[in-house]
Amino acid sequence: MAPAIMLAADAPRLSSANTGFMLICSALVMLMTPGLAFFYGGMVRVKSTLNMLMMSFISLGIVTILWVLYGFSMAFGSDKGSIIGWTSDYVGFSGIGKTELWPGYTIPVFVFAVFQLMFAIITPALISGALADRVKFSAWSLFLVLWVTIVYFPVAHWVWGAGGWAFKLGVIDFAGGTAVHINAGAAALGVILVIGRRVGFKKDPMRPHSLPLVMLGAGLLWFGWFGFNAGSWLGNDDGVGPLMFVNTQVATGAAMLAWLAYEKIRHGAFTTLGAASGAVAGLVAITPSGGAVSPLGAIAVGAIAGVLCAMAVGLKYRFGFDDSLDVVGVHMVGGVLGSLLIGFFASGKGQSDVKGLFYGGGLDQFWKQCAGVFAVLAYSLVVSAVLAFLLDRTIGMRVTEDEEISGIDQAEHAETAYDFSGAGGGVIGSLAASALAATQSKKVDA
Amino acid sequence: MKLITAVVKPHRLDEIKEALQAFGVHGLTVTEASGYGRQRGHTEVYRGAEYTVDLVPKIRIEVLAEDDDAEQLIEVIVKAARTGKIGDGKVWSLPVGTAVRVRTGERGPDAL
Repeated sequence: MAPAIMLAADAPRLSSANTGFMLICSALVMLMTPGLAFFYGGMVRVKSTLNMLMMSFISLGIVTILWVLYGFSMAFGSDKGSIIGWTSDYVGFSGIGKTELWPGYTIPVFVFAVFQLMFAIITPALISGALADRVKFSAWSLFLVLWVTIVYFPVAHWVWGAGGWAFKLGVIDFAGGTAVHINAGAAALGVILVIGRRVGFKKDPMRPHSLPLVMLGAGLLWFGWFGFNAGSWLGNDDGVGPLMFVNTQVATGAAMLAWLAYEKIRHGAFTTLGAASGAVAGLVAITPSGGAVSPLGAIAVGAIAGVLCAMAVGLKYRFGFDDSLDVVGVHMVGGVLGSLLIGFFASGKGQSDVKGLFYGGGLDQFWKQCAGVFAVLAYSLVVSAVLAFLLDRTIGMRVTEDEEISGIDQAEHAETAYDFSGAGGGVIGSLAASALAATQSKKVDA
Repeated sequence: MKLITAVVKPHRLDEIKEALQAFGVHGLTVTEASGYGRQRGHTEVYRGAEYTVDLVPKIRIEVLAEDDDAEQLIEVIVKAARTGKIGDGKVWSLPVGTAVRVRTGERGPDAL
């Protein structure tokens, strides 16, 4: 996030260009959550596709309401002890004037608030990939409410809020490496350590049911991520946003190639899932670092993230935790890498004059990055595990074993993702469905 | 009468259909099937995790034939289905008790 441009004599005025740009960026970031839903949805088995989609979509509802009611105030209200924010005018968005500017910037408060809302929506949605096939929808919804309130809103304040401790320390997190990706990845790890593995983990084949959906989702994420990253400077007056845009593309391309090269050497094939995963790993890693590194540095950050994340996703089998769709392996590992690599690759020519080790700046910034990374990681992991534990002991986190085996879509949503009966493949299914429809219309007649 | 069943590679369906038509067979039933023989399955890799896919897609073709035609028909199917590679499938026949054409009620060879 940009430091406030405070020119004493010349207070910022509303810029239509920046405001329009930021509204478009907000819409781009919104699209990432459906993109994520498809990215995850394609990776699960047919029987839990809808549940996976819904775990992301429900966040668009729940977090939106919480954000208006109190989330924005907690994250970006005036600082209370470097830990949390609160501004009563922000509660319910009720005291925000429509032309009131976000302090130090050229865009209205409403624009900043809605842009940040999209981040608050996608962050908990990211966690859902680790919990595939097995979590009650009611428990997930309640977890969302508690998690954003106790974890996301405070962490966003630490990292981006004026007065937040990490912000004051000088931790660089351009667009959410710590607040979004490490935060979500660590939370995923905390929850799965409590709720345990899927039935049949490591025994039954759990291959992705639709790789085209995964590719579609990855494409939407990549597209939306330009808003996520370039928009995080909140304007284009000094060229940092465009640099971020360029680095986003460069690092993502490099990471995709690196992941593909690694798996070709290691496993013998260039896979579509590898391409999609590598792209997302690169997007994650450049998120904190893209404003600080040069385009050549972005190639290095992307390539390192591509290879190390490809290696990291195998660890769950060794340690035996069921991070179903590799939220820890991609988002936590990618976020940590991107955040720490700033300490080496910061060029001094981007968002600030801070230089990393490879540009003659020593290790000073690296230690600051470490502080931000490990504080967020530890806080999110512990609190998320406790939340999951409390929910599991009260309302129960998991569906029954029978429901999990026969499919969470039918148990929790009373629907089936795909109707294969129409095309001659399932005559019996379509006859049964029309028989049911006939009974229902009779009931209406009577 | 005999029921000839062939479980073969899906992409040979067109060749088999044409060969059977040329022989004078008027009808057949095809279903999608999966299974394995001595070739077993194949391996797929997702994010480094290897899955052995045991059951390979196949099609199952069923044809009714008169006793005198059965052996020749089996030969026709085998020839059309063969690629020479592992996994080409199997063809077998069984005796049939009764066959009835639903529309007319004709029985036996007349029903074919």
